[in-house]
Amino acid sequence: MSEQVRERETRRLDRVVVRFAGDSGDGMQLTGEQFTSETATFGNDLSTLPDFPAEIRAPAGTPAGVSGFQLHFSDHDILTPGDAPDVLVAMNPAALKANLKDLPPGANLIVNTDAFTGGNLKKAGYATDPLTDGTLDPYSVHRVPLTSMTINAVHAAEGVGSAVNKKEAERAKNMFALGLMSWLYHRPTEGTVGFLEKKFAKRPEIAAANIAAFRAGFNYGETTESFTVTYEVAPARMRSGTYRRITGNLALSYGLVAAGELTGLPVFLGSYPITPASDILHELSKHKRFGVRTFQAEDEIAGIGAALGASFGGSLGITTTSGPGVALKSETIGLAVSLELPLVIVDIQRGGPSTGLPTKTEQADLLQAMFGRNGEAPVPIVAPRSPGDCFDAAIEAARLATKYRTPVFLLSDGYLANGSEPWLLPRREELPDLTVAFTTEPNHTGPKGPEFWPYLRDPETLARPWAVPGTPGLEHRIGGIEKSDGQGNISYDPANHDRMVRLRAAKVAGIANDIPPLEVEDPSGQARVLVLGWGSTYGPIAAGCRRVRAKGLHVAQAHLRHLNPFPANTGEILRSYDKVLIPEMNLGQLRTLIRAEFLVDAIGYNQVRGLPFKAAELAGVLEDVINQ
Amino acid sequence: MTVTTNHTGISNRLLDLVPAAPAQQSRKDFTSDQEVRWCPGCGDYAILATVQGFLPELGVARENIAFISGIGCSSRFPYYLQTYGMHSIHGRAPAIATGLATSRPDLSVWVVTGDGDALSIGGNHLLHALRRNVNLKILMFNNRIYGLTKGQYSPTSEVGKITKSTPFGSLDRPYNPVSLALGAEATFVGRSIDSDRAHLTSVLRAAAEHPGTAFVEIFQNCNIFNDGAFDTLKDRSSRDDVTLKLTHGEPLVFGAEGDKAIRRAADGSLEVVPAGSPGVLVHDAAAADPSQSFALSRLTGDTHGVTPIGIFRSVDAPTYDEALNTQISDARARQGEGDLMSLISGGETWTID
Repeated sequence: MSEQVRERETRRLDRVVVRFAGDSGDGMQLTGEQFTSETATFGNDLSTLPDFPAEIRAPAGTPAGVSGFQLHFSDHDILTPGDAPDVLVAMNPAALKANLKDLPPGANLIVNTDAFTGGNLKKAGYATDPLTDGTLDPYSVHRVPLTSMTINAVHAAEGVGSAVNKKEAERAKNMFALGLMSWLYHRPTEGTVGFLEKKFAKRPEIAAANIAAFRAGFNYGETTESFTVTYEVAPARMRSGTYRRITGNLALSYGLVAAGELTGLPVFLGSYPITPASDILHELSKHKRFGVRTFQAEDEIAGIGAALGASFGGSLGITTTSGPGVALKSETIGLAVSLELPLVIVDIQRGGPSTGLPTKTEQADLLQAMFGRNGEAPVPIVAPRSPGDCFDAAIEAARLATKYRTPVFLLSDGYLANGSEPWLLPRREELPDLTVAFTTEPNHTGPKGPEFWPYLRDPETLARPWAVPGTPGLEHRIGGIEKSDGQGNISYDPANHDRMVRLRAAKVAGIANDIPPLEVEDPSGQARVLVLGWGSTYGPIAAGCRRVRAKGLHVAQAHLRHLNPFPANTGEILRSYDKVLIPEMNLGQLRTLIRAEFLVDAIGYNQVRGLPFKAAELAGVLEDVINQ
Repeated sequence: MTVTTNHTGISNRLLDLVPAAPAQQSRKDFTSDQEVRWCPGCGDYAILATVQGFLPELGVARENIAFISGIGCSSRFPYYLQTYGMHSIHGRAPAIATGLATSRPDLSVWVVTGDGDALSIGGNHLLHALRRNVNLKILMFNNRIYGLTKGQYSPTSEVGKITKSTPFGSLDRPYNPVSLALGAEATFVGRSIDSDRAHLTSVLRAAAEHPGTAFVEIFQNCNIFNDGAFDTLKDRSSRDDVTLKLTHGEPLVFGAEGDKAIRRAADGSLEVVPAGSPGVLVHDAAAADPSQSFALSRLTGDTHGVTPIGIFRSVDAPTYDEALNTQISDARARQGEGDLMSLISGGETWTID
């Protein structure tokens, strides 16, 4: 009797969405990251969405403690981490419970059957076993005894055996899942083996255990009959050049290091740990050889205070935080407005108000950045649109801060911060020259001879001179009390205050002439509806527009990098469409600004669910607005 | 950065990083053209005159000195000095000065603050500046009242103080600023009096000679809202009997006739005994353990009939700024200057033709 060798079908797909879900201690983020790394190396375009609880170790086995990682990869350029998974890996009942609602019928579901014990089912809130009660009938279910197969594989592996205990062996089960998924999607595996060897270099037996689990998962796919189809996604055709995968917070950190080099100023980061901004502090603290000083302050206020003090001394002062930290820094931002010193305030927005949703994304700090200070205190605002774009946005924020001697808000968010995409590395010669020249000579002639007037402005930019301590002859005092125009001495004169308020406003407003005009994408040129966005909604909005256009409808898209001031042509563009739709992850903050400034009755589409928009959802909204 | 050792007497390893003055400077060189606007009779005038008179002694270039203040009457101080200066916001001067000092080792950075600014709204920043031992000289003018807001009690006001905001008497116990600073393990803690120019100058000099954070409490009279708060320490007939001038290495003896002394009581605290009693303590400001300095800080006019002034503690310890800048120079020595393009292209990359 001969065993029948089944020919397995390989199906070509143009894009796939996979999601790994497990307990927050199961290593799902690492698994997702590594699958992403394999995918990037293979040459697909990709976009990722990590989703994890705020608690470091939420109660094990409960839906609240589930950590997920979603990856969208394709053979063409993509813009979002995907709406719904094509395949879900559920490491336990809680992960199944928390994620099943997102899974469309017919999707692949890989479950770790070993974890479906009575206790785990109860913790997940299942009265009956979903593996047997029909719950999973709509899906293509692959039942894999993942834990026990991992333990067996690890203990059978040469050079491992009893060197690791059962618990350590079990902990490698995420690598078994990664191996199986790598097999299912024809991913290259060398990178993962090398990664594990390096990660566990100090404990070779753990490295060997993980590699054994990874290979066992791969081989399991090969031998099991559960999978009748494997999938291929060809490399994407992307612009030529060298790429790396990058998260928003890493790109933003690199942008800040680059800004230091491009301006010729030493970087000084004053910061206090806060989710989801802390990774920037972690990253910058590594780069001492670039002369980057990082200062973990006693609180948010001291973080920005130290940064402003460093700016006074001629550094590129930076503070990084999230919304609650911005609230605490507000008074110092007002001082920086009054002192007219460069300062970059990075706000990685998260769900609010108050502590809100620390690990979830939101765009609800726009009005806080715009107006959250006493007095007339205008601050330019810059927002990146994708993880890789955080690099350029950081450089732009530093450009405006140093050129106009002003604090600048850089508004990223939790989705950009932790999400990743392939990033085309810039070439050195493509980066702008932002060299800063300090003032070293007196700028005014008084009755007794040459004088230095700290508030005598550049007629073009309205920026005041930046003379740093250590410059002989230019000793001067600045402060938060109103100063006389030009000379900079304390002044309570009513007309002078009115003039200074207007000068500070005009300086920031004038930036509109120093930024690129707002660009509109309207391939057919026939659109009557414009969709306007800012920040991280770029990807979902653009993906939604593509879907609508594929149906033969016409829609125009514009996306704001500068929120204060708006590009000079913004009003003209808005008024040239019948309808303007503004989707935001808040209750209409950009819409409020647009209505106030341009008297354009924009339509809002607003969600604050802690998650990015889905392309299909926005496509539906767009269709409704177009067809109304 | 110009490194120089051309200072005129005052020196320490951090001050030596600050460029020396090219020529002898005078008080006039440090006087700005701004009209001084404190109330007539305010103790701040005397402190300003003493500081302007002392700064030439520092021997560093005027342009390499920066004064940072917060909010309050005392915080107007920087406007009157012809140095670089910043009049910032309430309580935050130590934080702002920390950023300036750590990023500019070629500057001599001073903080001017008051009891409300430093101990109430800015208490957290003061504690952490002291703990870190950043190279700052913090001058805290203590008038035991809020002056600029016109007369509310402060965190150093005595219990029961009748003020505009406490018509039935204040309820909270005051801070002892020197105890607080020593509790934060400040490496230099001193105290002086606005009107005693010679003594204040000596404390300023010692503070300047100290590498690291120096905290100096200056008793300052607010003649409008809390007049006479320190009169017993100033009155010629009483002051010698109620003031203990601390001198490192000298026995703790005081009194117009030198007839009183300090020794340790059985419970570990300090007590006043007749001079010549056994066990009179010798002042050791350089002791690594701050316990005796702390015990000295507990002596007050109210509790023991004596107030110590002078230098409670002065110990040399690693400073935050030196450590941070050493990490940078070490990283550069070990790995070379950073290269931006190799940084951003680190990790896994792939090329598409």
